[in-house]
Formats: sequence, structure tokens, C-alpha cells
Amino acid sequence: MAGAPNREYKNSLVRWIEYRLPIFSLLDHTIGRDYPTPKNLNYWWSLGAVLTIALIIQIITGIFLAMYYVPTAEGAFDSVERIMRDVNSGWMIRYIHSNGAALFFAAVYIHILRGMYYGSYKRPRELLWFIGIIIFILMMATAFMGYVLPWGQMSFWAATVITNLFSAIPWVGDSITIWLWGGFSVGSATLQRFYSLHYVLPFVIFGATIVHIWAIHVHGPNNPKGISVKGPQDTIPYHPYFTTKYMVVFGIFFIALAFLVFYEPNYLNHSDQFKRANPLVTPANIVPEWYFLPFYAILRSIPDKLMGVVAFGGSLMILFILPWVDTSRVRSGAFRPVFKQFFWIFVADVILLGYIGSQPPAGALLIIGRLATVYYFAHFIIILPLVGWMERPKPLPESIAEPVLKGEGGQ
Amino acid sequence: MIVLKTMTGLKLGSLRRMATAVVVAAGIVFTSGLSANAAEEAREYESHDWSFYGLFGTYDRASLQRGYRVYKDVCASCHSLRLISFRNLVEIGFTEDEAKGIASEFTVEDGPDAEGDMFERTARLSDRIPSPYRNDNEARSINNGALPPDLSLIVKARHGGPNYIFALLNGYSEEAPEDFHLTDGMTYNPYFAGAEIAMPEPLFEDAVEYGDGTTASVEQMAEDVTHFLAWASEPTLDRRHQLGFQVMIFLILLTGLFWIVKRRTWKDMH
Repeated sequence: MAGAPNREYKNSLVRWIEYRLPIFSLLDHTIGRDYPTPKNLNYWWSLGAVLTIALIIQIITGIFLAMYYVPTAEGAFDSVERIMRDVNSGWMIRYIHSNGAALFFAAVYIHILRGMYYGSYKRPRELLWFIGIIIFILMMATAFMGYVLPWGQMSFWAATVITNLFSAIPWVGDSITIWLWGGFSVGSATLQRFYSLHYVLPFVIFGATIVHIWAIHVHGPNNPKGISVKGPQDTIPYHPYFTTKYMVVFGIFFIALAFLVFYEPNYLNHSDQFKRANPLVTPANIVPEWYFLPFYAILRSIPDKLMGVVAFGGSLMILFILPWVDTSRVRSGAFRPVFKQFFWIFVADVILLGYIGSQPPAGALLIIGRLATVYYFAHFIIILPLVGWMERPKPLPESIAEPVLKGEGGQ
Repeated sequence: MIVLKTMTGLKLGSLRRMATAVVVAAGIVFTSGLSANAAEEAREYESHDWSFYGLFGTYDRASLQRGYRVYKDVCASCHSLRLISFRNLVEIGFTEDEAKGIASEFTVEDGPDAEGDMFERTARLSDRIPSPYRNDNEARSINNGALPPDLSLIVKARHGGPNYIFALLNGYSEEAPEDFHLTDGMTYNPYFAGAEIAMPEPLFEDAVEYGDGTTASVEQMAEDVTHFLAWASEPTLDRRHQLGFQVMIFLILLTGLFWIVKRRTWKDMH
């Protein structure tokens, strides 16, 4: 941050390095003593740091898995089983990678919902929000391609279903699909390009994460009160306060990960993934990983293939207009009584979509899925602008440092 | 002001209505899901009390060895176990010599030799357990068109895991209901999807002779072979549970320490 003091380091080696390459002050300004942080950040603000750790875990375990993985239609399934059985601690590395991906998504969903509840996307953090959405979409692409790599039944059929979406594009759809496959069906060529992209995209995500962190340091993080920092009395240094606070969450994250890895490593997996990919046998119900289910439900709720794809893409792209469809000038949902209710209904709607995505699309489920899809879009296009105009927000506190507020006293 | 208040009132009313709708919708979702399942899916099966369940669960070595006996004497005539090598049998409690002895009962194709010919030799510890068929086509032609699945991952590849396999193996005792149309060459089994299965009843009283004197009842053999196949699917489970306990204890203590450090750091910040 501009204006922070240039610290004089005591250790002579540190001083020597710092004079030539100021990495110590960079760290101090980024996650250290010279990063003034709103003092009221709650635990939900730790998810950004958790996500960085999760990304690093995925990259490290992934590098080790890549040493043994064979990206061919003939060799992939058996090479994964070799990792599970014969490679030293291979089972642990792979279970950390597969369950780490699930927790990565759990954390990113909480992170996004935190941003939506506290209005973190609002001026002047619109670009920060955009970069976040781009990271989220890159994560989805990476996770999808990673799911294809073990070449189980669900891998193969998920790849078939998702790549087939491109064939809905008018006129050029079929050519694009064949171009994506590298052949006339999902096969070794598809697997190899997915492997290549699955390896490289995490580094793109890493780069985008650095831009995301850069962007957040321009105006500092939003905070639960949603009001801007007015002066030094509102902030405390990131280290040691938030480093120690977030370490607690890291610990909980690792406990959750260890529990999955050591006790329920296949709980989130599908039994069809233990059958080798077979282009001649279609699974009874093709389902993606749990973290794609709400979007999968939106995709399937539209009877027309092209419009389904448009709705699927739109359900992600609509996040970009959030800073403008939310017409309220108040950032934090804590001071917006009506918005708060609709926020939780939106969360319930997404969970309902997730359930519907996991079930065969028929009967009442199909109709409920369509209603839930309509509601998903209505939340952004109708509800948020109207609530922003009509709602009477609670009085905002004078500053972050002000301890007790008149407006909040009634609760 | 009045307009705003009315708006809030309206919002609350519509909110309540919306909440009711969501609850009703969830109810419909649930019940319709249940009825759909009842119509299509095979019979429910009970959860068995496996020794490898739970946080401290481990495989029962004696049961694994008996299970291998059942696999070899019964299942292996039709089903391969291609991910398991003879050396892996040491992990279920056979001594190295016993495992070598088991391997020596098999012959495998090797080669080419110096003259370029393939030859047969006695199996070694490093060999995979040979498949009963040369390829899937041979398997199908011998088995009336049906392909007996490889059993290496069968427990993980079936929804319901060991409970399903155990129920299926025990599910041959019932006669098909009179109105049930059984396809030629198929056998009735209520636990299999569609209730008819290409695999004929595999286990009969005393089909194998257990070395440890255990009575080879159908249920006992089904339990042992399921246990063995669960191990074949997930051979690292024992190590995983053991290491997991240590890791959990460490992480819980570490998180507790983090919590104390956080409390101390923030002591004066309120």
C-alpha cells in the first residue's frame, strides 16, 4: 500500500537482499505488518487465504500424480490404479488431490456467497469481482478436465456430454466439436489435450490469483459493515492479527480434508468411476461432480439444446452484471433487511437446483427445476434492482471503529 | 415512508408465500424421488457390520484368506482379478512361501525368448493373477453372451459396495414369483437390477474347504469373499485408517494451538 513506512530491517542479510530486491517489504505490504486491514473482518474473510492454500495443494499433489499418470485411453485407468496400489503413498496423494478439489469448490462457493452478501462487488471493487469470476470459470474448466483423466465411465460420459454442448452452436457446432475432440468421438486425442490443459490451467489460475490479490490491495478488502475505511483507527496490521486468525481456519480446512482423505475418500465419488470407460455402455444417469450440479440442472431445464447451453453460460456470465443490477448504495447485507431474506432464498434456490441436477430429469423434478432456473435469473434481473430501489436500509454506522450503533441497538 | 412500509409488508407476505412454495416443492421432489426409486431399483439390502468399517476399522486377515480360497475355487473359473498380483497375497497374511506356492499352481505366457517364441512358465510373485479367458470375446462366447466383470474393483464399482455384493451372493435362495417372467438362461435374484442375473447361483454349502476349520456355509463364504474383494478394491485401507488417526490427532492439536495464538494476539483488540 502506498504511504506505508519503509521499514528498516534488523537482520543484515535481510537488509542486503531488501536493498537489491525488496521482497521483504513486498511481503510486509501484501500479507504482513504494513498491510492495514479493516479491524472488523470476520472469519468469512479467511476463505480467500484458504483458497490460495487449496490451489497450492492441488498444484503440488498434481505434479506428483503427473509423474505416474499415463494420458492414453488404453493406459489411463490402469495408471491411476497403479498410483493407488503400487506407488508409495500414491493413494494419499491422489485422495488429497481429488478431495482437495471438492473442498476447493466448497471454499470458493462460500467465498463468492460472502462477496454477494456483503456487497464486495460494488464500487470500487468491480474489477476485483470480475477477476474472481474469471478464476471461478477457469477452476470449473480445470476441474472438469481433471475429472476426465481417470478415464472411468463417468469421466468418459461427462466428457461426451459436455463437449457435445458445443455442437449446439449454429452452423459450425459440429465442426467445433470434432475439432475439440481431435477425432470423431471422445478418445485418446481428447484425453491428451485435456491432460495438457489440466496441467497448464492451474498456473493460469495462479497468475489470475496474483492479479486478484493485487486488485484487492488497491482499496483494501471490503468488511462486514460495508463502509469504507476512514482512517488509521479503523485498521490493524494484517500480521499478526489476521495471519493468526486465518491460521485457525487453515487448521479446520486441513482437518476437513484429512477426514475425507483418510476416512471417506470416495464419499463424493461415483461408483461408475471404478468402471473403465466404455463407449458402448451409457450409464443409467450421467451426473457431474457435486459442485457442478446447480449449473447442470440449469442446462437440463431448457428443452432446447442451444438455449440450454445459453442458459448454462448465462448463469455464470450474469455474475458480471451484479455490480450494476444491485442498485442499492449500501454494500453490506447486514444493513439491508429485505435483501438479506432474498439472499438466503437465492442460496436455497441454488441448493435446490443442485439436488435436481443429481436426479434424472423427469416429472415434477423437471418442472421444479425450470421454476428454480427462472428464479435464479430473476434474482439478478428483477429482484436485486427492485429491492435496491424499494428497500429502506438500516442506518449505517459512522465508522468501522465506532463500537455501538444506534441503528443496530434494537437487535 | 408509507409507501416504503407497505412495500416491506408486501415483501414479508410474499416472502412467507415463497418460503411455503419452496417447502412444498422440496416435499414433492422428495416423495417423487422415492416413488421413482421404489419402482425401478432392486430390493433394499441391509448394512452388514464389516470389520473394516469405522474410524479404526481393519480387514480381518483370517476372513481375507478364506475369501481368497472362495475366489480361487469358485469365482476364478469365470471372473478375472487382473489388478492383483501374487505378491499382494502377502499383504493379507500369507507368508512369502505360501504366496509362491499359490503362484506356482498357475502358468503364464511369457516371452519372446531368444528365438522369438512365446513360452509358458510357472507364475511368480510378480505376476498378475491370470484371467480365465484370453479376451472378452472368449468370455462372452463361453458365458451365453454375458461378460463376467473383472472383480478387482467390483466392491467400489457398485453402489452399496460390500453390502450389495454380500446381499447379491446371498440372494439366490428365493424362487422367482409366479408372475415374474424369467429370460432363458438367467437366474432370479431380487437384489440385482431387473431381478434377473446372468450369473448362476455361485455358492453351495461346503463348496470350498476352509483350512482353519470354519464351516463353509453359503453366508460364511459370501461374507469372506466379499471381505476379500473389498480388500482387492482398496488394499491400502488399513494403512489409511492407521495414518489417518495420527494425522487427525496432530491437526486437532495444531488447530488448538492456532486458536490459543489467535486469542492471545487479539486479547487487547476489542
